[in-house]
Amino acid sequence: MNDTNWNYSDKVKEHFFNPKNVLKISEEKYKADGVGENGSPVCGDMMKIYIKVKDNRIYDLKWKTFGCASAIGSTSMLSEMVTANDGMELEEAMKIKPDDIIKELGGLPPNKIHCSVLGDKALRAAIKDYYRNSGQADKINTDKESRVVCHCLNVTEDEIKMEVLEGVKDFDTLQKRTKVSTACGKCEPEVRELVDKYVKKFYEKDIYSGE
Amino acid sequence: MIYLDNNATTPLHPKVKEKIIDFLDDYGNPSSQHEFGRKVRQMVEDARKNIADFLNCDPDEIIFTAGGSEANNTVIKGAVSCCAFCNVSNTHIITSAIEHPSVMNTLKCLEQQNVEVTYLPVDEYGLVNPKDVQNAIKKETALITIMYANNEIGTIQPMEEITKIANENNIPIHTDAVQAIGKIPVDLKKMSVDYLSLSGHKIYGPKGIGVLFRRKGTKSLCPLISGGHQENSMRAGTENTIGIIAMGEAIKQLNLEMNSDVKKIKYLRDKLESGLKKNISNISVNGHSEKRLPNVTNISFNDIEGEAILLRLDMHGVAISTGSACSSGSLDPSHVIIALNVSAEQAHSSIRFSLGRENTEEDIDKTIIAVTETVDFLRKISAI
Repeated sequence: MNDTNWNYSDKVKEHFFNPKNVLKISEEKYKADGVGENGSPVCGDMMKIYIKVKDNRIYDLKWKTFGCASAIGSTSMLSEMVTANDGMELEEAMKIKPDDIIKELGGLPPNKIHCSVLGDKALRAAIKDYYRNSGQADKINTDKESRVVCHCLNVTEDEIKMEVLEGVKDFDTLQKRTKVSTACGKCEPEVRELVDKYVKKFYEKDIYSGE
Repeated sequence: MIYLDNNATTPLHPKVKEKIIDFLDDYGNPSSQHEFGRKVRQMVEDARKNIADFLNCDPDEIIFTAGGSEANNTVIKGAVSCCAFCNVSNTHIITSAIEHPSVMNTLKCLEQQNVEVTYLPVDEYGLVNPKDVQNAIKKETALITIMYANNEIGTIQPMEEITKIANENNIPIHTDAVQAIGKIPVDLKKMSVDYLSLSGHKIYGPKGIGVLFRRKGTKSLCPLISGGHQENSMRAGTENTIGIIAMGEAIKQLNLEMNSDVKKIKYLRDKLESGLKKNISNISVNGHSEKRLPNVTNISFNDIEGEAILLRLDMHGVAISTGSACSSGSLDPSHVIIALNVSAEQAHSSIRFSLGRENTEEDIDKTIIAVTETVDFLRKISAI
């Protein structure tokens, strides 16, 4: 596999060179109903998403991103997905997964996938922020919990999948980052299998096109 | 298109291209005794002499390799393997924190075989302190390897001083001079390193050819590629005759043109740097302001990410490179910029402009405009 892969799809290029729905006015002027942020400049990617909600739909979404071409392209793509057809319903928007964005983008090189993971997280944060701002905090904990694999350290399968997406390719590195299997150690064989499974899934081909 | 990535590779010098084309039908094996072989042998030896003259050394001290990485591998692996140091696990190597991957990863590999490696830190400008070299030496030290000039930021190490320390302690010293050659004078009579690596394609020659200088009288190295007696049994395999002849010509041209080319290149680099500083706020130059290669400027454009800058500049027809993680294929930004003790953000935002002999004043004017526009655009959409 080639680690430095420049095969960005036309869709990624289009959104990177002409990003849609960028916040061009100040945050104060825009007056978002909910704001969400994810990532950190230290890691090289950080995005902020601003939403406006009416009748349970996100009728407008603006964003700002510090990051590479696929981070910018995927946030732009996400903004179109969410605001198309009068806006997505909040419950539906909560369920957007990285794979959904990747599919719309026509695939991403595997080492770029973790960049697009940030957009959906930032969106969920913005929706939660909206729920809190509008007195609907009770709706926040409706996320389906992922299956817990390591019960001692409370590590879920989703977390393991995300770590692999962010570049972890072996058990030892995963353990360093998450402390998985460091207590009773019973789950270690299963965790190893999961790491292998997701490494194979995401990095087998030069382009990962989503599930 | 404006090419400002000459530290990655350079275009062929027109004279080198001509030389290659003229040579293509000379297929003789330089080891053959007949006329076909003798003719090519002579040309190979002429190329060797060009290189030796340029470096001020003996032609017998020039070993052709498949490139700079192979030259580095030969010295580092050779210094600790079978010949003089059978007991690999009891050896020690001193290097710096900002070496090229062909040195860094070769050493990482040796560490797994229990070779001890000291990675000397650099200061905020990328300089190794010769005193640190002195202090790191111990009785097991088998090699000191420090790059002459850095590929990413261009910082030039105090090699004469470091070499003197190595010589005084009787420790073999190697320098990776791949980026230094053709940009600053390198005189092997003045600086008595034992080994030095060069590459053809960084000096307007082709890819796949390099040189290892090995000073006479230094301990023999175990060859990386064993087999026939070519290159004094230091590098087996029928010679890459096209590459060798082309590299000889590239060096000959350096001998003729380097002084005037470097003057022009330095003028253009300074113009680019001051133009960008004037137009764009919140930027910082990585590396040393004087002890630096004349063709490089490495700049962090704060609050925006390197790969995004690279690809947008590519759209404008300007080719540069970045130290950001996104372009390295890993999660970490450039180890060189990080070693300068700047923030990870600054490393993600770093762009390397490396000029060459073909660049013009017009290229620089256009680049300043393109970079200013690009940075302005990306800063407007940045979340920082």
